[in-house]
Amino acid sequence: MSAFNLHNESPLGIYQQFCEEGHLAYQETPSGQAVFFPRVVSPMNGERLSWKISKGEGKVYSTTVIYVKGLEPYNVALIDLDEGFRMMSRVEDMPAHEVSIGMRVKMKMIKDKDGKALPVFVKGETL
Amino acid sequence: MRGLKRGSVAIVGAAESELGLCAPGTTPIDLMAQATMRALEDCGLKLSDVDAVFSASTQTRYPTLALKEYLGLELQYHDNSHIGGASFMTHVAHAMMALEQGLCKVALVTYGSTQRSVSRAMASPREHNPYETPYSPFLPSTAYAMAAARHMHQYGTTREQLAQVAVSAREWALKNPVAWEKTPLSIQQVLDAKMVSYPLSVRDCCLVTDGGGAIVLTLSERARDLRKKPAYVLGVGEALSHLNISNMPDLTQTAASRSGPLAFEMAQLSVKDVDLAMLYDAFTINTILFLEDLGFCPKGEGGRFVEGGRISPGGALPVNTNGGGLSYCHPGMYGLMLLIEATRQLRGECAERQIGNCEVALAHGNGGVLSSQATVVLSSHV
Repeated sequence: MSAFNLHNESPLGIYQQFCEEGHLAYQETPSGQAVFFPRVVSPMNGERLSWKISKGEGKVYSTTVIYVKGLEPYNVALIDLDEGFRMMSRVEDMPAHEVSIGMRVKMKMIKDKDGKALPVFVKGETL
Repeated sequence: MRGLKRGSVAIVGAAESELGLCAPGTTPIDLMAQATMRALEDCGLKLSDVDAVFSASTQTRYPTLALKEYLGLELQYHDNSHIGGASFMTHVAHAMMALEQGLCKVALVTYGSTQRSVSRAMASPREHNPYETPYSPFLPSTAYAMAAARHMHQYGTTREQLAQVAVSAREWALKNPVAWEKTPLSIQQVLDAKMVSYPLSVRDCCLVTDGGGAIVLTLSERARDLRKKPAYVLGVGEALSHLNISNMPDLTQTAASRSGPLAFEMAQLSVKDVDLAMLYDAFTINTILFLEDLGFCPKGEGGRFVEGGRISPGGALPVNTNGGGLSYCHPGMYGLMLLIEATRQLRGECAERQIGNCEVALAHGNGGVLSSQATVVLSSHV
């Protein structure tokens, strides 16, 4: 059964609210499987999902440097969080081409150009 | 696909529309209509014989309705299934089902795009994804770039090996009079070209062209009485994986590893029987991934497999003999063009680029960001 009343709240709305409070949130199934992106029910079996706060630590699964006319080349990466989910983000505060697969990263909450909280990553401690 | 009958239907007519850059005002449906009339001329059927239409488009929301209106079709069946560039392989499977079940007699699959004329941004606007769009990925290129980066990391694939895919495609394109690219290309030129999304340079990425095509399918019994040699549909397989690249389980393994075996099982053939591989090369990494996932070489060996011109003219395995999405034509969604070239090679119509003894041709479609995969095995005999 879905825990959501979509008249009142949405998966994205809750996720974004966590972001505004500085937290990277994900969902978990009753058997402890991490789920991302946020949704109304668990994939595969439709189970109810609970919200969890990620420690924001993980490693780069893949990475690229994007070249767009008029902009400094910038990074986009897929991050595997230690809790067992993957998300798209950017690794910042370092040259884009030095971001490497397998590199440890940690989450940093920034504001996007519209002033909304956006989780990005910076180089983290080596485990 | 289980439930369909090996060899029950055939591609009897195949044609391209005008390709490359069309006159201002040309619409996708203009291109579809032009290709349709050429494909009907190819097989000797009339527009009034067409009683089923299959199409997908990013530029017009209801292409089958548009075709019904534009061409005045009297339709018994229609299908607007849309899974990106692989849609047209799916349409072959769905047309097979409809023909076998007697829902229609002459099935038209058609596509057209004016994405070069109107710009890619206009022709195929990206959907907003709140979990990806804020990071400004340059899609679809960024998704394929991350697959390439991961493949390089895991298997030691090199940028030179990726570049070889583009060079081989260009060598084939130089033998195709209607190919967009007309000049030779070297590995060094691919490496030195403007970077799009590392490790992919602009020469690792498909063209942005106008273009379209059409194929006509009938039951095999009827196909034998038509103008050209039938390309029998021996096997079809489809596999859906994900929508967004952040939800692809393993960036080095595509769902072609499921669609291929389904198609081969139905065809009662194996990869060793394939004389021609038409693989959806939206990016150079695609060809490498699909060679691996369809079984032409072991996982991780695709980069080494393409070295030394193995997929070039004169190489051991002919791949993308029309010049591919990289050098021939890439009108947004390219799957139908693979089926057209496969049909022509089976008929022996390809002049300078004709390969020897082409009896079995595989056409593999890809859609989205390695999201959907669909494989069709065609043969000159049942």
